[in-house]
Amino acid sequence: MAILDILKLPDSRLKQVSQPVTQFDAALQHFIADLEATRQAGPSAVGIAAPQVACFQRMVIVDVSGRPKTPNHGYLVLINPEIVHWEGHAIGREGCLSVPDYTGNVIRATAIRLRAQDCDGQLHEFEMEGYEARAVQHEMDHLDGLLFVDRVVSRRTDLYRRKSARLD
Amino acid sequence: MAAWNMLTLVGADRSGIVAQVTRTLYQLGGNLGEASMIRLGGNFTIMLMVRGDFSTEAMLEALAPVSAKLDLRVHVDAVRGELHQHQVPNFQVRVNGADRAGIVAEVTAILAALGFNILELDSNVAGEVNQPLYLMNIQGFCDAPLKALENALAPLIAQGVAVTVTPLELMIG
Repeated sequence: MAILDILKLPDSRLKQVSQPVTQFDAALQHFIADLEATRQAGPSAVGIAAPQVACFQRMVIVDVSGRPKTPNHGYLVLINPEIVHWEGHAIGREGCLSVPDYTGNVIRATAIRLRAQDCDGQLHEFEMEGYEARAVQHEMDHLDGLLFVDRVVSRRTDLYRRKSARLD
Repeated sequence: MAAWNMLTLVGADRSGIVAQVTRTLYQLGGNLGEASMIRLGGNFTIMLMVRGDFSTEAMLEALAPVSAKLDLRVHVDAVRGELHQHQVPNFQVRVNGADRAGIVAEVTAILAALGFNILELDSNVAGEVNQPLYLMNIQGFCDAPLKALENALAPLIAQGVAVTVTPLELMIG
């Protein structure tokens, strides 16, 4: 396994839209292993997306099982993921391996229903909530060339929004 | 590398303050760091890190025409600048209550006693003119557990000030 180089802002390749995965072969398994090794080598990231290492294919890894009291589905390789249902929204603080030394508040759906293929191309459906749902939405944004810095809201804005429409 | 300065600026809010001030600093050869700019009670306020190969006197002199034109009060201090060392808050404290003197002092004294370091605080006086409502939003870092913060704030809550503490979870992806 190899630790891959992570693209960092302002690298414009992070804005690229990734293509669907069509080949579920040994090369894919090998890449996924490298991607996971890269995630684990970073500063406590709970997810990583293929385009963060300059592979512009629609795959992400998410694993929030290391956090106490967090509902989760364990280590997940999500290939060609699609969110088919959203519910609720909440503000949470996010950071990113591709944006070192910066964190910001982002609004995400609190619960999602997700369809994705695994490493062998098998289709699965997941119901996710909270922290895990946030991590998946963050990683899936990378597949469309979006970073959390494109979605950051000001804390002062939050205060006013909460007065009119409770967001949490 | 030149040392950092903190430029403090206050003036009646109007369009164009940021554009004209930052253009002046750019033309002087200044490089900007982190900044906080916000409208407070009809005033526009700026706290801005600036560095460049010039003295604070030269910076004030360069800004003088813009300050005079826009009626701005400007102040500059040499400061120690530390970029790339952000602290991440782990608690948010929200406060609201009928506006009265002392709310901020009381809440923050309790937080300080537990070693809570305020990284960001903003407050507003909202509500009606004859029934002002004070709202405060604090984000900071504290080693003490949530229960300790809640217990310490309980006497204040019993006096009618609504204070809630929420842990902030950082998600890195």
